[in-house]
Amino acid sequence: MKKLDRKQMAARVARDIPEGAYVNLGIGLPTLVADYLPKGREIILHSENGILGLGPKPPEAEIDEDVINAGKEPATLLTGGCYFHHADSFAMIRGRHLDFAVLGAFQVSVAGDLANWHTGGADAIPAVGGAMDLAVGAKKVLVMMEHLTKDGKSKIVERCSYPLTGARCVDRIYTDLAVIDVKPDGLHVVEAVDGLDFDELQRLTGVPLKRLATAA
Amino acid sequence: MINKLVPTPEAALADVPNGATVMIHGFGNAGMPAALIDALIAQGARDLTIVNNNAGNGDTGLAALIKARRVRKILCSFPRQADSWHFDAQYRAGEIELELVPQGTLAERIRAGGAGIGAFYTPTGYGTKLAEGKETRRIGDRDYVLEYPIQADYALIKADRADRWGNLTYRKSARNFGPIMAAAARTTVAQVREIVELGDLDPEAIITPGIFVKRIVKH
Repeated sequence: MKKLDRKQMAARVARDIPEGAYVNLGIGLPTLVADYLPKGREIILHSENGILGLGPKPPEAEIDEDVINAGKEPATLLTGGCYFHHADSFAMIRGRHLDFAVLGAFQVSVAGDLANWHTGGADAIPAVGGAMDLAVGAKKVLVMMEHLTKDGKSKIVERCSYPLTGARCVDRIYTDLAVIDVKPDGLHVVEAVDGLDFDELQRLTGVPLKRLATAA
Repeated sequence: MINKLVPTPEAALADVPNGATVMIHGFGNAGMPAALIDALIAQGARDLTIVNNNAGNGDTGLAALIKARRVRKILCSFPRQADSWHFDAQYRAGEIELELVPQGTLAERIRAGGAGIGAFYTPTGYGTKLAEGKETRRIGDRDYVLEYPIQADYALIKADRADRWGNLTYRKSARNFGPIMAAAARTTVAQVREIVELGDLDPEAIITPGIFVKRIVKH
């Protein structure tokens, strides 16, 4: 089997974002998706700090400290983009105006619960940012994460052991091994990477998966 | 004649008492009113409750205020960052209190504070640790958490241009928390790049009307 690398995962998610979509890309792995959005599509990226029409990082000489993304990195505004204040920005999120939020995760449960903000460790300083708003607000919540932890445990679990970001909020999971839809009756495998058959994916994942007719 | 222009940041913040609640505008460095924060440090008020999205970056601005041990409590959404060492150290030592608020709930609580709203129900955080102990309610087919407004004694804002009535424009994504914090504080002080004549700001482009602003400092 051939696992997807981070760039391939980003490209895989990008392929599913349609023309005209309003999208928020979370910090970290999801931010990579911006680099792979199909060139022919007009897709509008939202940034929590108050931008619609977020563009790529500028060349060093054109950095403007008043134009940053949600990760506080230098960014640009595309033609047609605009700025607004924080309450409007989160009205867009919470008010179900965004078509997609793409978020990283520590764990996703069979029910679509998302854990991505806090390990719960005694010495960990908690920080949540906009994750809980995106989890409940976007029309579709797409999660992007590695399928397994470093010690080989499935990050798709029966119940999240980390503190929740949102309950029953995830619609689809993209991992380095598979694409899986979260539905009321359970997890449906949409596709798996080349060389990974359903039984092996099921063995690695631990929680029950369902086959789509088209799945490997 | 109304004239909200104050000569220096120090003069604008001379009356901040110990124990005040102070909203500080900015998302990272974008919109952070550095000159006003420096003046607040020099002024010496302590036991402050600070409202900001973060808990200081590096050694300047809000981080310097924390380092100077003037902050008793902070309300924010994202304290932990690679360069939030002054907050981290005081938090781990139990010397600073943290009220962690989801970012959109923080923004809406501030907006509600300025808008005279008594409380509101939001779906954000339902079923999570951050909603523990809070009232919840099912409305239609969704569950919501009751959240209360945040108001402040002072708001420190960075804007781009102002006139003597206190009308403000902002610059790009540095607008972030400015307009909502300006409305939610009893005394809003704006640090601005440029003061222009009354009438020179396009009325269609004014983002914060002067009614929300008490003092203006050019810096």
